[in-house]
Amino acid sequence: MKDQRLKIVNYSLLLIFLALLIYASLGLSPRGDLNSWVNREESAAHSPNAATYYIRHAYHDTHSPNMVTAILADYRGYDTLGEETVILTAGIICFLLLRRERRKTKNSKNKEIKAEK
Amino acid sequence: MKEAENNPIVSLIASIVSPFIMLFGLYVIFHGHYSPGGGFQGGTLLAASIILIRLAHSSHTGQLQFPAKLGTPLGSLGVLIYYGTGLAALWWGGQFLNYAFLPLAEEISLRRSWGILLVEIGVGLAVMAILVSIFDDLLEEEDHD
Repeated sequence: MKDQRLKIVNYSLLLIFLALLIYASLGLSPRGDLNSWVNREESAAHSPNAATYYIRHAYHDTHSPNMVTAILADYRGYDTLGEETVILTAGIICFLLLRRERRKTKNSKNKEIKAEK
Repeated sequence: MKEAENNPIVSLIASIVSPFIMLFGLYVIFHGHYSPGGGFQGGTLLAASIILIRLAHSSHTGQLQFPAKLGTPLGSLGVLIYYGTGLAALWWGGQFLNYAFLPLAEEISLRRSWGILLVEIGVGLAVMAILVSIFDDLLEEEDHD
């Protein structure tokens, strides 16, 4: 009974989230629209937009035709550095948490066995 | 978990497919400049090829290919390669992570290209090692019992 109720809640939450995502995607500007704020050279606050700079200079600056790599590893190098550190942290935390807990449970099991004896 | 019986068909297909996945992972890392790809995607593919062997064969065979002890050190090495590239640029008189100061090539754009490649290798190594080590951590108990 409880499981079924949980399932209903789960699926309704998923549907609400789907509707929310679809609603949000309606607000995006159409692809290739030169008049949308994303594609203009100046942002709404009259400061230069980064995207046009990347498109113009990425190949000239980094000699790599793949603009995404150029942005990720060169212009936004700090960001990627942080991402990599996050992955390493996640790995180390998995290592520490899982192995430590295993040891504890094993020790407690051994103690129980000894107590039974 | 009891040791699963090795299905010969699954092991054979895994042994055939795994090197190709690894090759494709290396291609994705080293061609990150010219085609869609990069360190994260390539590292994930390398990890997939290693985990495939671990799943299809006994855990002992997987340990022979890539020992579980190697996970965290290799991951740290990958991150160190990234930091090292940044610090090398600092050493040769530039800003942190400014590849234009690395003495790898004459042209500045080529220097940046090499810098990106170094960084991508570090990212790929770290992602591969960490993914495999998380997989090993989750399955550790089953290896010992």
